[in-house]
Amino acid sequence: MAEQPIVEIRGISKHFGEGATRVDALREVSLDVFPGTVIGLRGPSGSGKSTLLNVIGCVLEPNSGSMRLNGELVFDGKWLRADLRGLRLEKIGFIFQSHNLLPFLNAWENVAVARILAGASLAQAKSRAVELLTYLGIERRKDAMPGELSGGEAQRVAIARALANDPRIILADEPTAALDSERAGTVMDMLRRVAAERRTAVIVVTHDEKIFNRFDHIFSLRDGGVEAPQFEAA
Amino acid sequence: MRRARSLAGRDVNLALKDISHNLGRFLLTCLGLSLLLGIVLAMVGIYRGLIVESLGLVRAAGAQVWVVEGDTRGPFAESSRLPADTREVVAAQWGVAAAGGVSYQNVEAQHRGQTKRLLVVGAQIARPGEAPFVIEGRPILRSRYEAVADQAAGLALGEQIKLGHDTFTVVGLTKNIVASGGDPVIFISLRDAQKLQFDLTPAAARREAVRSPGAAGTIDTVNAIVVRLLPGVDAKRFAQDIARWKHLATLTEEDQETVLAGSVIDRARRQIGLFTALLLTVSTVIIGLIIYTMTIDKKKAIATLKLIGAPDRRIVGLIVQQALAMGVISFLTGAALINAGQGFFPRRVVLEPADAMTLFGVVLIVCLLASALGVRTALKIDPASALAG
Repeated sequence: MAEQPIVEIRGISKHFGEGATRVDALREVSLDVFPGTVIGLRGPSGSGKSTLLNVIGCVLEPNSGSMRLNGELVFDGKWLRADLRGLRLEKIGFIFQSHNLLPFLNAWENVAVARILAGASLAQAKSRAVELLTYLGIERRKDAMPGELSGGEAQRVAIARALANDPRIILADEPTAALDSERAGTVMDMLRRVAAERRTAVIVVTHDEKIFNRFDHIFSLRDGGVEAPQFEAA
Repeated sequence: MRRARSLAGRDVNLALKDISHNLGRFLLTCLGLSLLLGIVLAMVGIYRGLIVESLGLVRAAGAQVWVVEGDTRGPFAESSRLPADTREVVAAQWGVAAAGGVSYQNVEAQHRGQTKRLLVVGAQIARPGEAPFVIEGRPILRSRYEAVADQAAGLALGEQIKLGHDTFTVVGLTKNIVASGGDPVIFISLRDAQKLQFDLTPAAARREAVRSPGAAGTIDTVNAIVVRLLPGVDAKRFAQDIARWKHLATLTEEDQETVLAGSVIDRARRQIGLFTALLLTVSTVIIGLIIYTMTIDKKKAIATLKLIGAPDRRIVGLIVQQALAMGVISFLTGAALINAGQGFFPRRVVLEPADAMTLFGVVLIVCLLASALGVRTALKIDPASALAG
């Protein structure tokens, strides 16, 4: 039996402003992302990449279309769930360009906080955080504050936080932009491993050509529309 | 459930974590704020001290009824003078246990090279109005040149001080008996007080004799007669009976305290109340700006928390808890500072637990109000801004 897509977008449109100032950020975008795949979104500035990421992350409401996340219809002309933060907590993990670790929490606490927000006790959250930091090879730095971590280490902690609640979808916004080629490759390999082992759909917005060969599919966006996948990773 | 866990310390408390991350800055801010709140506490303490001191002088007389010059409100409100032999008339009334004539006058005396401002109370020996509760030494036993001084005057037992033309020896000390203006009280005999008040230099005496020959020899006056009543005698009724004599007016102890409260204390209350309100307003603005700045500093962290799914109550809790922590730490530090330093204030500072608790409650309300701007800013932060790089 064919696997169902985890992210299923149909005819999503989003515009900002009205009349002469109207800008169409997304035009009738349709996209399927399957479990265990890592896809890239590329395109020039203003092409709609970030808007699409915000829509999939349920932080920006589209004007039309429908969206299904992990089988649940969450948008159909309007949001179908009132608790969008709860929806994000449950289904989506976020990775940012500059890691966005909370500067006042150490590495394991940064990971644990996502788990605690989902209702886990401190002991459960800590155990899960240490497990994920070990999985990503950074367990020895679990007590370090974000300011004491290198860029690559901080990004691995951010990946661990994104995985804290076992999300089926990971959205990453230029996760390698602040890293050198070697560390960028390591982070992308980690995301591929996560996708493969946890059957997670990973969507990465990127400009970084060095990592294009790490994607299963790359979608190019131009003027709010998605062009056909250009190539697949070897 | 989650809230309960957080309160029980089984959660990562974001507010405390953020505070400990910026501990130096937070504590310095608290120190500044504690000085401000300490001043507020000190002002309330000074006001309480003023009441205790003002009423202390009235209460020190131990009188149930004050007989004063007709159509006046007594020596604490205005000039009151009556012949000293009025005491004998009053003392002879039914229900009187004891009565004594008293006089009050402010003097400046030179002592150890310094000018001291004192309130001199002239009282009759072993009669109402004399120095109560002599804590060291003895009461005045001789009618000439002995004094009982309050500790605040800085005089030691056996020490001498010149008042007017005469030198007095300190034979006893009292504690916490000062005038409403803060001047220490020194008790001397009524006879000495009258001499002090009316003794003129020879040249001035000759001039006065020429100006009003009939006035000479009328120094046997007092400012008030203080009366203690026998048990069971109604002070109000007694006062009304005496007041029927047109040349006299009477006040019960309660009336006398009301007079003081209405004149000296009421004005001080308005002044201190105004400054307290202004300082609390300044504190609110400062806490508000600090919390706002701390919120702006955490904008990205708050956006990230919202994006990963933190509910608003969590964000609000982070800001409000920090504001409350700032208020509580600052208040306790301010209270400790004032408690430790109250002896260095030029006025008596009386810190009453009820006042401290009320001010603590006000500070908590101020913190909640002050955090409103930070909360409003935090709630307006767009989670999408966390993705904006």
